[in-house]
Amino acid sequence: MAAIFSGAPPQGGPGYSFNQTPRTAPSGLRQHHGFYPYTDNGGSTLGISGADFTILAGDTRSTSGYNINTRYAPKLFKIGGEGPDNKNARIVLSVVGFAADGDALKERLDTIVKMYKYQHGKEMSVAACAQRLSHILYNKRFFPYYVHAILGGLDEEGRGALYSYDPVGSYEREQCRAAGAAASLIMPFLDNQVNFKNQYEPGSGTGHDLQAKVAAPLPRDTVEELVRDAFTSAVERHIEVGDGLQMMIITRDGIQETLTPLKQD
Amino acid sequence: MDSLVAQYSRPAHADEGQSPEEQLELLQVTPELSLKFALPPVSQSSSWLRAMTDDYSNPNCPIKIAHGTTTLAFRFQGGIIVATDSRATAGNWIASQTVKKVIEINNCLLGTMAGGAADCQYWLAYLGMQCRLHELRHKRRISVAAASKILANLVYSYKGMGLSMGTMCAGVTPQEGPALYYIDSDGTRLAGNLFCVGSGQTFAYGVLDAQYKYDLTDEEALELGRRSILAATHRDAYSGGFINLYHVKEDGWVKHGFNDTNPIFWETKLNKGEFSNVTAEME
Repeated sequence: MAAIFSGAPPQGGPGYSFNQTPRTAPSGLRQHHGFYPYTDNGGSTLGISGADFTILAGDTRSTSGYNINTRYAPKLFKIGGEGPDNKNARIVLSVVGFAADGDALKERLDTIVKMYKYQHGKEMSVAACAQRLSHILYNKRFFPYYVHAILGGLDEEGRGALYSYDPVGSYEREQCRAAGAAASLIMPFLDNQVNFKNQYEPGSGTGHDLQAKVAAPLPRDTVEELVRDAFTSAVERHIEVGDGLQMMIITRDGIQETLTPLKQD
Repeated sequence: MDSLVAQYSRPAHADEGQSPEEQLELLQVTPELSLKFALPPVSQSSSWLRAMTDDYSNPNCPIKIAHGTTTLAFRFQGGIIVATDSRATAGNWIASQTVKKVIEINNCLLGTMAGGAADCQYWLAYLGMQCRLHELRHKRRISVAAASKILANLVYSYKGMGLSMGTMCAGVTPQEGPALYYIDSDGTRLAGNLFCVGSGQTFAYGVLDAQYKYDLTDEEALELGRRSILAATHRDAYSGGFINLYHVKEDGWVKHGFNDTNPIFWETKLNKGEFSNVTAEME
């Protein structure tokens, strides 16, 4: 009788209600699935957009568990442009999570952006590319890509544009975003240093009179320093981050790529 | 026999690259909003998906999908007020404080987002496309009843697959007046005057039910929407960030800001004397 009033969906039934009522697995054991197609390859990525540029960065370490597979596995990919080296590309995709899924995602998006140019005779805008990426991710809603993607470029007015995604394609345009293993270490730092969260105008008073500091786009050299600081700090406290720091800076003159060493331990 | 074998066996290299269907897909000129989804190679794909993504039944699930919300919408004499918070959480991690949970389907229809962020974004975009097609086919705007039913039928066809969404459709049309519908991924579709959806719904209902009447002025209604969300952000850990306010009128919706909750909270406390459980003293 109690089962009728418990509000729990019938065991083994469709379930998965929007009103997620608590349910106990049959026989007390969680249903076990032998199919586990994902590996977390660790690492971290980060993107910051400015007035006329966007910077994406990622470390180059690839791990599985406690093992370091390689010290150079890029997480940043140029999208579009010409040929296999993506000459003259203006969009960068960064993916962190499962590297194989990330690679597959990059291949898909790159092909689509290149096909778009052949069909329309013009470059795909970042806004269009961002929406398309969302749809690619959502097309695998029931068998997701295990990735956190960040897409960067310049919008139609030439301002820095940055879009961040969850694994199944919900997306949002933002000023800055950190993803991956060290996201929880880097993101609070970025909130404070890029969006000036919990910073106040000096001399504006005390207590409730304090005026919050208003966020404004940062100059490029400041942003580059922030990115380096974020990564050197993350390397100190996260085992999956290290080896190399790859940065791609997108400006109206193209994409400038840099690689600087991080601690190798 | 040989022909049979040839029919059912393919050399390994044939599986590489993109299939003819995928190549065709890449040639499509229109942006893709298709109903063909990839499925994992297991018999029970929905329970596999739950094991991978449902942090409610499995806190250690590898893929955490953004969740958690307070959204509300209510009908009153001047139209419909739609208000939401802006926090997205993945487990205990606050994934974003700046989510736009009011989705502009077109210039007179609004949808709200609760549950899976991607599900709501994708399917409300799909609904926007269907609404536009309806306009082109029938030379008049779609009714809110019809629009909400497109969505309800759609999610019902995916029932049990793992979609998670609780959404409200709000709009004003000449034939219906202000109309408000609640739709969720179970397939529920309800018309009503007042709905709150999400983890903070109970807190929002508490304020909204106490103050609500149909004859509210526009200003009173906007303030009530704002105050209800504020109450929810204060008591529900999964809600917070910014208050997103919209007013839907006969000639389309009007946005009334995307404002930080913190200054609004302190203004409500210090100038109106509410939230007296919180101390205002600073040492």
